[in-house]
Amino acid sequence: MVSVAQHDADLRQRAWDAAAQVVDPEIPVLTIADLGVLRDVRVKDGCVEVAITPTYSGCPAMNMIVVEIELALAREGIAHPKVHTVLSPAWTTDWLSEDGRRKLKDYGIAPPQAGSGRRALFGELTVPCPQCGSTDTELLSEFGSTSCKALWRCKSCREPFDYFKCH
Amino acid sequence: MPAASIQVSETPLVLYTLRRADDALILGHRLSEWCGHAPMLEEDMALANMGLDLLGQARELYSYAAKVEGNGNDEDKFAYLRDVRQYRNLLLVERPNGDFAHTMARQFFYAAFADLYWLAMMASRDPTMAAIAARSEKESAYHLRHCSEWMVRLGDGTDESHRRAQNAIDELWAYTGEMFQSDESERGLIDVGIAVDTSALRPRWLQTVSSVLTEATLTLPNNDWMQQGGRFGRHSEHLGHLLSQLQSMQRTFPGATW
Repeated sequence: MVSVAQHDADLRQRAWDAAAQVVDPEIPVLTIADLGVLRDVRVKDGCVEVAITPTYSGCPAMNMIVVEIELALAREGIAHPKVHTVLSPAWTTDWLSEDGRRKLKDYGIAPPQAGSGRRALFGELTVPCPQCGSTDTELLSEFGSTSCKALWRCKSCREPFDYFKCH
Repeated sequence: MPAASIQVSETPLVLYTLRRADDALILGHRLSEWCGHAPMLEEDMALANMGLDLLGQARELYSYAAKVEGNGNDEDKFAYLRDVRQYRNLLLVERPNGDFAHTMARQFFYAAFADLYWLAMMASRDPTMAAIAARSEKESAYHLRHCSEWMVRLGDGTDESHRRAQNAIDELWAYTGEMFQSDESERGLIDVGIAVDTSALRPRWLQTVSSVLTEATLTLPNNDWMQQGGRFGRHSEHLGHLLSQLQSMQRTFPGATW
């Protein structure tokens, strides 16, 4: 006979493992666990509750991530989970895991530079090229293909690349 | 039959939240009007991205207003089913896009304010407002940097870009005063620590604005007369036209969904 507490702990672990596999629809090499978007999974009265936090207020991927989590849990036999959004504390690129940073770079997206002064009005920032590693790079556009990215160009290998904005 | 407008019971907190939500929605909509028309591809993406951030902020704020009001309204009803006189946004954000310099100057004035405003609101005693503020503050800081760089590029650019940027600053200046005003209903919220007194933010706003404009070789207008009315539903003719576009689908096909 398994105690209720043990049952809930197992259920929680299975739910976390399933939800943690969900990938960002716009950066499919990163899971929502890598990103730090998956904040919490808990079991309340036998029901699984998943808390996620948006990277940006208007990030259109959030709706899709909710659906993907529901599907991932359903595949684990966990029905009717409650997926809700938490705003506080606000998501920051500091939550991106080391593994996530490496995966981003391998995918060709420069990971956010830790400690870059986002409050500086005209900040100087050096972003190494994810392709060739050169630091001779320049900003093309502060806004890129998605809310979370900016567009840069490497002056050594001439390749344009996405930079995951520090936020 | 077209959908009728909703009734809103504007308690101080509902009104306060709707005012901020309306600012974000209307400015976000204005930016979305540039989609496919910006002077270059990068800027097309930038304007749409900033618009998306503002739309996200508006959604959070409307949802919260609906929850506080508790009358069965929701984010969509607030956006699609209020008439122009029920909108509470600043006159600044409904100003037409004009040329690119106008759009940038409008965004610059607003972002310089929003950055300080949301930073201060992170200390709000209202946990939902504080959480929305923490999210919005980061976005506003990024918008401000982007717009500041454009102000310098335009002001310190060619004679033509300088002339247009200065025109935009001069024309929009009279709409900046409203950001720092509060009425009786807001003062009650300020007293209990839910809202911030925006008049106290003006010196720092002015400091940011003047330092960027100086670098941009642009001149700060010395005219102190300020236009007002948006917070009370007295709008320019431009907002009605904007809403007729924004609301046409829901007004024509009430309750339509994707």
